[in-house]
Amino acid sequence: MITPTTPIKAESRDLNFFYNGGNHALKSVNMPLYENKITALIGPSGCGKSTFLRCFNRMHDLYPGNKYQGQIVMHPDNTNILEHGVDPIEVRMRISMVFQKPNPFPKSIYENVAYGLRVRGESNKRMLDDKVEEALKGAALWNEAKDRLQDLAFNLSGGQQQRLCIARALATDPEIMLFDEPTSALDPIATANIEELMSELKQKLTILVVTHNMQQAARVSDYTAYMYLGELMEYDDTNTIFTRPSRKETEDYITGKFG
Amino acid sequence: MNTATTMLTPSIDLTISPRLAKNVRRNIKERIIEFILMLAALSAVATTLSIVGVLLYESLSFFKTVSVVDFFTDTQWTPLFEDAHYGIMPLVSGTLTTSAVALALAIPVGTIAAIYLSEFASHKTREIVKPILELLVGVPTIVFGYFALLFLTPILQKIFPDLPGFNMLSAGLVMGIMIVPYIASVAEDAMRAVPMSMREGSYAMGATRFQTAVRVVTPAAISGIVAAYILGISRAVGETMVVAVAAGLEPKLSFNPTESAATITSYIVQVTQGDLPHGSIGYQSIFAAGLVLMAMTLCFNVIGHLIRKKYREHY
Amino acid sequence: MTTDALSESPKQASVLKNLDAVRAMIKRHKLNDYIFSAIGLLALMLALLTLITLFTDLVIDGHERFNLDFLSNFPSRRAVNAGILSAWVGSALIMLITFITAVPMGVAAGLYLEEYAPKNWFSDLIEINVTNLAGVPSIIYGLLALSLFVYIFGLGSSILTAGLTLGLLILPIVIVSTRESIRAIPAAIREAAYAVGATKWQVVYDHVLKYSYGGILTGVIIGMARALGETAPLVTIGAATYIAYLPTSPISSTPPFLNFEWLSSDFTAMPIQMFNWLSRPDHAFHINAAATGALIIVVTLLMNGTAIYLRYKIRKNIKW
Repeated sequence: MITPTTPIKAESRDLNFFYNGGNHALKSVNMPLYENKITALIGPSGCGKSTFLRCFNRMHDLYPGNKYQGQIVMHPDNTNILEHGVDPIEVRMRISMVFQKPNPFPKSIYENVAYGLRVRGESNKRMLDDKVEEALKGAALWNEAKDRLQDLAFNLSGGQQQRLCIARALATDPEIMLFDEPTSALDPIATANIEELMSELKQKLTILVVTHNMQQAARVSDYTAYMYLGELMEYDDTNTIFTRPSRKETEDYITGKFG
Repeated sequence: MNTATTMLTPSIDLTISPRLAKNVRRNIKERIIEFILMLAALSAVATTLSIVGVLLYESLSFFKTVSVVDFFTDTQWTPLFEDAHYGIMPLVSGTLTTSAVALALAIPVGTIAAIYLSEFASHKTREIVKPILELLVGVPTIVFGYFALLFLTPILQKIFPDLPGFNMLSAGLVMGIMIVPYIASVAEDAMRAVPMSMREGSYAMGATRFQTAVRVVTPAAISGIVAAYILGISRAVGETMVVAVAAGLEPKLSFNPTESAATITSYIVQVTQGDLPHGSIGYQSIFAAGLVLMAMTLCFNVIGHLIRKKYREHY
Repeated sequence: MTTDALSESPKQASVLKNLDAVRAMIKRHKLNDYIFSAIGLLALMLALLTLITLFTDLVIDGHERFNLDFLSNFPSRRAVNAGILSAWVGSALIMLITFITAVPMGVAAGLYLEEYAPKNWFSDLIEINVTNLAGVPSIIYGLLALSLFVYIFGLGSSILTAGLTLGLLILPIVIVSTRESIRAIPAAIREAAYAVGATKWQVVYDHVLKYSYGGILTGVIIGMARALGETAPLVTIGAATYIAYLPTSPISSTPPFLNFEWLSSDFTAMPIQMFNWLSRPDHAFHINAAATGALIIVVTLLMNGTAIYLRYKIRKNIKW
């Protein structure tokens, strides 16, 4: 049940996406992201959920030949972030992303977290220190990392690295955070940590998460979208999707009849 | 199992069956082939040992006449003169000066070209430019010698009227140009090897191309880039024909690139061009010089190895 | 809706103000992108234009000598009459020896290291050696050959010595390219051959060698091009500066038809001839040097170009 009073942070309007070579990967997707909520994208592999997520910070612009059609509008300023005049860098400064596999930079823990701020030209040491500490605390990594901030990020465990990547994304106070299967490379304990973290993060920002794991969607998200072959099949609050899906295809997928 | 088979076949032949004999022959053949191949591989070790052996052996005779202290402290190198001096330093200074000029040009230009090619250029540009760089690497050095002496030096003389016809500046610059494609090509390979996920991580934070290239890709590829520099240094130090043609042949303890001077390599060329009796002190001196050259390249290689080890990639 | 808009307007204002600052900053940062693009293009151009300038310069300087006489004349005291006959014949014969020695040795060594060598200190040792040899200055090979081939083996300053020297010099190139192209063959192919009962050598000869043939050839061509242009080691082992005769022909019309006297003949080569002319003060000889240089560049560019094209074709055609 979607309550109409919840403010919308961003929404895709009639979004189509074509990969280089013409593959029509997203077909007229209309979907809102509600402010301070977690929206999960589920669906079998190749259904376009990651493609959809990566439209939100214009990651597809990195590769030549990819084409967007339609809009993704951000509120409250009503900017269509897919518009030609909008710089992808501006979009990425507002919407940060956590990847499938932890991808820390070959730098110290401190510099990894400070990266987004340095990229924005921040060089005030006190300001950086404060922000790094805040972000590491926000990513529940402060206690483990505070004594080894100058250590190389690669020396952290996989779960810690992923939390570091979350801290990195958090340090610049983004409006939306995208998670692309953030726990698929992690063990169950690390996964639980990240999920707990996401639930805390939504106090501050809006989250869109792609997951291959339906239980994860059920555990963490407020809203869930089921995608299949590039189309948005069903979108509703998570409870409804998992208990009373309105479409047969959704039910089949959720109950494990296919996928 | 074996005994059971034997018991079931009473008429077993105690001489080797033809099939077994074939197996034995086949095994022997395989062993011989492996042995021959191993000998070929060992030729690499043999070459290294011979190089070290020859240089040490011939230098040893040299150091029977010349004291090691003089070799490293005397400021003149005139083994073929009546008043013979055997100080290697003038040759070392020439080698280091020409190499420094070359690297001052090749390292920045090569690095920038590599970053541009890896992070800025379109796929198509890269496909065209990379092979051209490889072609440039293959141009024989004697041709670059011509270029230094008869093309660049006259141009430089218009800028610096006092520049002698043979000078280290022109030779060094041409050597630099020669090494640029080499450094660019090797460094670009190293940068291309940085996984895309790392670039995505940087772009996702709102970084520009330049920021991504300089703050993420370059540090991630640093060991490969340093390796490219080291290879470049080795080439510069060991480069012979450009300096032999264009830098002059007079050993002089000087670090001024606008002067003419001999390098270790050009000295060897100069001496071997003439008729030098086998076993004379002049003959032995080129091996002593060669030993120093070998030690210098080895030094740079070891430094490079250590730097690489320190900044090894972790992806 | 109206009440919503009212309550949101301060927030909206702050976001918009923020956005303006962000946009200004991005503009500043992207300026660096453009500046670097320009510098990068310039750096690349420096490398590419050099090749063009170099070649044009040689052609302009040497065009007077572009005629058949230049190829069929011996060197001479008069620059106009001087040609490169003995030089190119010398180069060809030296390359023949280089090919015969370096290719079988290099391919065999590559095969051993990839297919046979146990992965232990022994193969590490050989591997370190090969890498190091590739970085040894070419003149050091000249010193090695001067002491070992010329004097200890008593081969003298001959075509044989020159060929062997360059053979050693390009050995690492052949070994490395052999290994690289063997490594590209998936293990599944070897397993398929073993599964039908092939011996190791049969697998190596019938499959590994056959499928890596193109890659090995690429390395061989690049190595030979390098050998063709090498000057320093040949000077070191005592290349003759003036040869006005040809070595005896390797093939004769009377039995035994083959003759090996040429192996011990004095030698010169194209880059040696160029160096020699370049070292003379008389400018007329510089023209000869330029013409020789242009010829060397054309041949090495053709060889390297063929190799690069070949490699490109192979990479494109790989099916596994």
